[in-house]
Parts: sequence; structure tokens; C-alpha cells
Amino acid sequence: MNWLRSNLFNNVFNSSVTVLLGTLLLYALTQAWGWAIGQAVWVADAEQCHAARGTGACWGVVAEKYRIIIFGRYPFEEQWRPLLATLLLMALLLASCMRVFWQRWFAAVWVVVLTVFFILMHGGVLGLATVTTDQWGGLPLTILLASMSVLGAFPLGILLALGRMSDLPVIRSLCTVYIELIRGVPLISVLFMASFLFPLFMPEGTSIDVLVRVLVAMVLFAAAYLAEVIRGGLQAIPRGQYEAAVSLGMGYWLMQRKIILPQALATVVPGIMNNFISTFKDTSLVTIVSLYELTGSLDLAVNSDPDWMAYKLEGYLFIALIYFVFCFSLSRYSQWVERQVNRGKVH
Amino acid sequence: MMAFWRNQKTRGWLYQFAALLLVAACIVWLADNTLENMRVRGIQSGFGFLAQPAGFDISESLFAYESTQPYWQAFLTGLGNTLKAAVLGIIFTTILGVLLGVGRFSHNILLRGLCLTYVEIFRNIPLLLQLLMWYLVIVELLPTAREAEPFLGIYLSKAGLSLPWFGDVPVKAGFGIKGGVTLSPEFFALLLGLVIYTASYIAEIVRSGIASVPRGQHEAAYSLGLSRAQTLRFIQLPQALRVIIPPLTNQYLNLTKNSSLAVAVGYPDLVSIANTSINQTGRAVECIAVIMAVYLTLSLLTSAFMGWYNRRAAIKER
Repeated sequence: MNWLRSNLFNNVFNSSVTVLLGTLLLYALTQAWGWAIGQAVWVADAEQCHAARGTGACWGVVAEKYRIIIFGRYPFEEQWRPLLATLLLMALLLASCMRVFWQRWFAAVWVVVLTVFFILMHGGVLGLATVTTDQWGGLPLTILLASMSVLGAFPLGILLALGRMSDLPVIRSLCTVYIELIRGVPLISVLFMASFLFPLFMPEGTSIDVLVRVLVAMVLFAAAYLAEVIRGGLQAIPRGQYEAAVSLGMGYWLMQRKIILPQALATVVPGIMNNFISTFKDTSLVTIVSLYELTGSLDLAVNSDPDWMAYKLEGYLFIALIYFVFCFSLSRYSQWVERQVNRGKVH
Repeated sequence: MMAFWRNQKTRGWLYQFAALLLVAACIVWLADNTLENMRVRGIQSGFGFLAQPAGFDISESLFAYESTQPYWQAFLTGLGNTLKAAVLGIIFTTILGVLLGVGRFSHNILLRGLCLTYVEIFRNIPLLLQLLMWYLVIVELLPTAREAEPFLGIYLSKAGLSLPWFGDVPVKAGFGIKGGVTLSPEFFALLLGLVIYTASYIAEIVRSGIASVPRGQHEAAYSLGLSRAQTLRFIQLPQALRVIIPPLTNQYLNLTKNSSLAVAVGYPDLVSIANTSINQTGRAVECIAVIMAVYLTLSLLTSAFMGWYNRRAAIKER
């Protein structure tokens, strides 16, 4: 009773807000519940879905099309391969989140798992049929793009940030120009560059895989933003730390590796994690340069089939849920990491 | 005597020289490859094509545009559309974002929870997906213009959003809606998506800005007898503004850059017109250069303006 009074009804204004919001919320929630759960059709039955149109959701579209939504254009009989590969990669990512595995030898595990991932996806060896990268799609592609961009952008971002903070004027201006140039343009124009211009950049006769081109573009883009985040951390390091390192006779790289970067990176953990989350969301843009990751593979699954075309919204909601689960857990995880790295600090 | 390569200054210059050489070599190599490739594939280069007639229609424009007009006017029309989306988007997202951010400090737990839920949901779903969903909702689920019922003179239908404008009230006419101001479904979906997505970020910026104002400030305000609204208006927000402006600038820039996702819902912004032009003329280098130059200019202008505003809001030390 007391709780209610202090949180919802402590004065006339608040009480009216509560009543108004409560009514609206109740109405919206019952409507949404009725549509999404109560009246919804859960089986892949086009007739039932048609009958429920307007009153209930048709989750049957997900039940019917989930394999195309999740795996895109990957050959149907071979889809156990992306499934296994994705599970492996996700297990690796999950393990990387745990403190026990923050060890040097774990890098070797990464190399092994990524190799297995590519062998499984691409095939061509061990009796697996070759599946070219233009047939990769859906969730495996989304996760691959996200993790590889992060993996590539991190070292590049650190180098760019160090370059921008460097005492050497030429290096500093080169890094500054690069960072500002990339941050000034939308990702989509960088992706257009990857799809239209990268082929022109290479020596005549060589062609690079579209997946690699897009990946390079994502890395170049994410690194510029990450560099700015890391620079913030570098600027927060007191001068005394540099001076102490130099007076111990440390060279530039040793100083950065042992003294400056560990502290700088720890202070900007939230920023780094935010960058990872945006990179994950940004992978959805590759659908515009026709790589069929989750968003693109949904179009693929639904657009061609007149029976199910009408239930695209349910499909969108389904993949929105997938994205949400990933991004939300990443942001929760980021808060945990923040606590971990600040544990040693005396406040 | 110390060998010259042991000297830190000399080494610094050597490194820089090497870096410069490397970058120059890369650029020359890429340019050379590009020219060679263009020659082999018979791609013409140069910005001369901008004067040729574009030959494609643009579904909406701020100024009259016809397909017989040259490419540079098509690009200009696209730029106008981009700016329209960016300016309106920034205005509405600021309003919504500030309301949501302030709402996080409400004494009412229902309101507080609602603002938090909003932020968590819309921040964690890719903007592109949200745009596609809004567009789908508008063109599939809304009633047709013929069946639409007005609400306070506002029509919301498959034909977009029609609003009364200074006494010019929209009315149904034939298959469509006439009068008032009409936002096309594409533009409406883009605006809705940009505003709702960016507001979730602005809400967080406003929240942390207000949280950064020391407690003593609003306690002092209360003890002076200011109401909660007055405290917020005269004490907390002005001080929070200094923390808020730099990240807010970033969000404005992000919104402007994100408006390029218009290409996914078919709104003719600069990027989608450049895309069409690339497909028609094959001048990828030039068109992408135009996109990048325009966005860079916009970014620099916005940064400059917000920098000026930031200096105005900064603490005046006397």
C-alpha cells in the first residue's frame, strides 16, 4: 500500500498520469496479447492464417520458412553445416565472454574454430560439397560478419587511436584525416564503395569475393569509430604514467602494451561494447549490397511466395527478436565487464 | 658517437617518411589499377555526365523536377530530400528524446518503466529493420486513402500522412486525399524510423546529462521553493546541457547519415539517386565521390554549428 502510494499516487498529477497511462497500457497490452498470442496461428497452415488475418498474428510463416530465414540461400540438404558452424562460433563467442578463458592459449582456439567454421561453410574438402560465399546467408552470415568485423576493427582501431595521439605530425594527420573521413560519411556509401569500387581498385584480372570486400568495408568503418572511443581512454591517462614508463627506460611499444593501453582500454569498456553492438546492428546494411544476411534472407523467404507474402510483418518481428536478444545480452554483458575491470580500483 | 638510427628524433622522421611513402604508394597503386580497369572495361570517367539529362523521375521533390533535367539537378533534388528528412528528423527526435530522458526521473514508476522499456527495445533493433517494418505497416496494414477515416482532420492511410496546414484541411477526393500537407508513405516511414530510433539514444544522453548535475543543485532549488518543473527548466537542464551537447551533436550527425537508409524504403534521398545514377551511367567513382563529399560537408557544417552553440552554453569563467 505504501509502495503504491509513494510510487504511483503521491500527488494529484501523478495519480492522473498513473490512471491515464495505466488505462492506455492495459488497452495496448491486451490488444497486443490478443494479436500476438491469443488469436495467433502457430502452425504453418496458410488457410488458418488467412482466416485469422487482421485479428491474430500468423507465426506459421516462421514455422514454414524458418530454414530460409535462418540460413538464406544455403543449399537445403547441406544446412546442417551452417547450423553446426553457427553453433560452434556462438559457443566460442560465449566462451570468450567468460573470465576463465581470458588466456593467451585461447587465441589458438579462435584460430581452430574459425578454420572449422570456414571448412564447414565453404566445403570443398573432406568430401563436403563446395558452397560458394554468395550462397551463404541468414544468421551464420550475420554472426560471421559481426565477429570478423569486430576482430579486425579492434587492432586497427587501437593503431589509429595511437596514431592520432602520436607526437609525429605526419602520422597524426594521416590518422586524423582517415578517422574524420570515415566518420563523416554513412556506412552505406562505404558499402557501395566495397561493391562498386573495390573491384576497380584491384589489378586487372583479379577478383575478390564480395563477402571479403564487404568485410573489409565493415572493418574500415568500425575501426574509425572504435579509434575515437579508444582515444578517449588514452586522453584520460595522466601524464605521470607516460613519464614513469619512460623513466623506467621503456620503449614506445612496451610502454603502450604494459602501461598505457591496459588502463586506457579499461576506462572505455562501455564505449567499446557500444561499438560492438552498433557493428552487430550495422551488419543488417549488407542486405543493400545484396548479401543475404538475416534481413535479406527474410525478403528471400517471403517475397517469392504469394501464400505467405502477407505475413511479412511476423517475419520481421521474428528477426527483430533475434537481433534484440543478441544486442540486449551484449549490453548486459558490457555492464558485467565494466564491473570486472573496475574491481581492482580503489574508489 | 651514437649511430644516427638510434636517435629518437631521426627515427621519428624516418617512420613518418616511411608512412607517407607507403600511403602514397598505396594511392598510386589503387589509382593506377582503377584507371587501367576503367580503360579495359570501357568505363568513361569525369564529371561531364552531370550536365546530361538524367532521364529518370523522382517521386517527390522540394522543387519542381522533371526527368529531362540534368543529373546535377537530380542530385540537388536528392540532397533537398535528404535535408528535409534530416532537419525534420532532428527536430522531432530531440523533442521525443528529451521527453523520454526526463521521464526517466519521474516519481511515477509506471512512466519511468515505460521510458526505460522504450529505450531498451528501440536501441537494440537495427534501424534498417525498423524502417522496413514501419514501411510495411504503412503500405500493408493501414486503410487505403478511400477507406481512411480522419482523426482531428488528420488522415493516416496507405497514401501516407495528411495533415491540416494553416486552415488548408485535407479532404478525400476520388482515390486519394487532397489539400493540407501530405507526407508520402516512404518519407513518413523514414521519418518515423529515424525519429523513434534516434530518440532512444538521445533519451540516454539526456538522462546521463541530468544525472551529472550534482544533487546539491536541485536540493538548493527545492529549498528556494522552486517547483519540480521549474527546477528542471531553470537549474538542471541548463547545467546538463553542457554535458549533453557534444554527444547530442554526434546523434544529429548519425541521424543525418542514417537518413541514407532511405534507399531501402524507396525514398529518393541523395544516396538512392546516386545509386540509380550509378546503375544508369556506370560512373561509380564519381557518384560515390559526390555522396561522400556532400555528407562530409554536412558533417563539418553541423559540427561547426554545434561547436558554436557549445561554446555559448559553456561555463563562462570570470
